[in-house]
Amino acid sequence: MNRRQFITLSAAGALLGASAHTAPAQTVKTSASIVIIGAGAAGTSLANRLVRRLDGAKITIVDPSERHLYQPGLSLVAAGLKPADYVVSSTAHWLPDGIDWIAEAATEIDPEARTVTTSGGQTVRYDFLVVAPGLVLDHDAIEGFSLDMVGENGIGALYAGPDHAARTWAAASKFTEEGGVGVFTRPATEMKCAGAPLKHTFLIDDIARTNGNAGKTEIIYANNSQALFGVPIVAEKVRMLFQDRGIAPALSHVLKRVDAGRRIATFDTPEGEKELGYDYLHVIPPQRAPDVVRQSGLSWADKWTDQGWVEVDMQTLRHLRYPDVFALGDVAGVPKGKTAASVKWQVPVVEDHLVAAIAGSEGTASYNGYTSCPMITRVGRAMLVEFDYQNNLVPSFPGIIAPLEELWISWLMKELALKPTYNAMLRGEA
Amino acid sequence: MKDLTFGTMIAVFEEMFGRGLFWFLVVAAVVITLAYIYVLIRDRSVSMKKFLWAQLSMPFGAVAAVALVLWVTKSSLSDLGGPIDVIIFLGIAALGAVGLSILVYTAGSLIAPPERSEG
Ligand SMILES: Cc1cc2nc3c(=O)[nH]c(=O)nc-3n(C[C@H](O)[C@H](O)[C@H](O)COP(=O)(O)OP(=O)(O)OC[C@H]3O[C@@H](n4cnc5c(N)ncnc54)[C@H](O)[C@@H]3O)c2cc1C
Repeated sequence: MNRRQFITLSAAGALLGASAHTAPAQTVKTSASIVIIGAGAAGTSLANRLVRRLDGAKITIVDPSERHLYQPGLSLVAAGLKPADYVVSSTAHWLPDGIDWIAEAATEIDPEARTVTTSGGQTVRYDFLVVAPGLVLDHDAIEGFSLDMVGENGIGALYAGPDHAARTWAAASKFTEEGGVGVFTRPATEMKCAGAPLKHTFLIDDIARTNGNAGKTEIIYANNSQALFGVPIVAEKVRMLFQDRGIAPALSHVLKRVDAGRRIATFDTPEGEKELGYDYLHVIPPQRAPDVVRQSGLSWADKWTDQGWVEVDMQTLRHLRYPDVFALGDVAGVPKGKTAASVKWQVPVVEDHLVAAIAGSEGTASYNGYTSCPMITRVGRAMLVEFDYQNNLVPSFPGIIAPLEELWISWLMKELALKPTYNAMLRGEA
Repeated sequence: MKDLTFGTMIAVFEEMFGRGLFWFLVVAAVVITLAYIYVLIRDRSVSMKKFLWAQLSMPFGAVAAVALVLWVTKSSLSDLGGPIDVIIFLGIAALGAVGLSILVYTAGSLIAPPERSEG
């Protein structure tokens, strides 16, 4: 936030100056067909913005899911701070009038013929395609693990959705009362919200502490690499917090197998397999682009080959080989950015380049890799962690809210303002 | 945060409270402020008795505002971690204090207008 924005904020607080509304951008007349795959955070937000910018475009959004998930809320559900339905709303509620929603999965993309085929057998032709189906959680990649185990025998997996997050809390809350060894994991692939595994660790540790059971719990954070976070300065901060809280890092440990009967987790490490016994195990599986993307030929051929993220330009999110294709959100093959906060910065960029392409010109907007994850460090405190492609910290409120500091205001923002901001983004208004 | 404009702020507040409740609160705040100005102009002076009551209500307003925020956000005083937290905390308390005192003064003046001799 710059000084002008701060003044706007103050003005808004005083409810003055209603004329500060941003002037609506010029609309463009067109008969172009635009297909958006995925009505999640990215697809929905873009659809709402495009209907305002384009006059006459045929916009089709493809998504089989009736439910929209506010995924940042899953961390709160899995710590007993919110009920499961806190994250659930209806997909239809957020979609604008005047577009077609095909409630089926995209099963085939042919970027040469410019068509998308759906699970119901419909084939839709496009002039422009926006690929935004998020990512898939590869739970099967972990031997011995299946989602029906979650909630019992001390196993949690909060990424899997609202019901699993609630069941995760059932297992985790037992741990916070009875104590024992808690093992918290993260995958070796790219993942959405890399702060979420840490948040869960901090929250469960804090709740055990509040319950008076700090002495009975031993917490181990099994990290995929040597650095506790992808951004060096954040990794150092996390290392210090871990030391302070007595959380033991197990570095270069990637979860390979779970023996739920004996409560033993096996990890791949540089020194070979290692076993850790647990009373509570939190599983976050490897994450990959959906099959429909990986089979379409749109993925990078020489990067993330086991994950299949879409080959796009880092700044414009436009496909490097098919200029009529864009990727948005978690599926985009860029080095940072798998958060809803990134989506907020990416959507206006794709909107700009797409509308410009339709109008026959070149867009100018550029995505700098902005990624953010309010890192909860305990119930009542969080750290704002915002960074870009260069691993620079890019605080929204410099000089006002210090980054990498555990603050109550950051917790207030997560508790009060984040979901409203997310919803406003879905409506294309933020 | 990207593009923090007045329009964005309104959109976020609408989502936070629900569109209906948000605008109801805005209208309520405006109405109470106008009523406050109205009684000040009508009575042409500040009634010291009512002002005293308004002042006495201030600590209650401050405590109530802080308690509400802590309760809604499941946090406690020990969570205050830095200078900005203390500023926000004091700001919430001040808003509660001033808000309640204006409400008490205005309500008092509307319910019991000053007797002729007093003015
Ligand atoms: C536990 C957790 C905590 C998080 N915390 C934060 C946080 O604090 N802050 C933050 O900014 N971000 C956070 N995130 C990340 C954020 O939720 C995602 O980055 C964001 O939702 C990505 O948006 P998206 O549109 O790319 O994908 P999604 O929102 O996942 O939407 C993808 C959509 O595509 C649909 N789809 C899938 N396959 C197909 C197909 N074949 N055809 C058609 N449609 C398909 C799905 O049904 C879904 O609706 C968190 C995520 C998790 C899991």
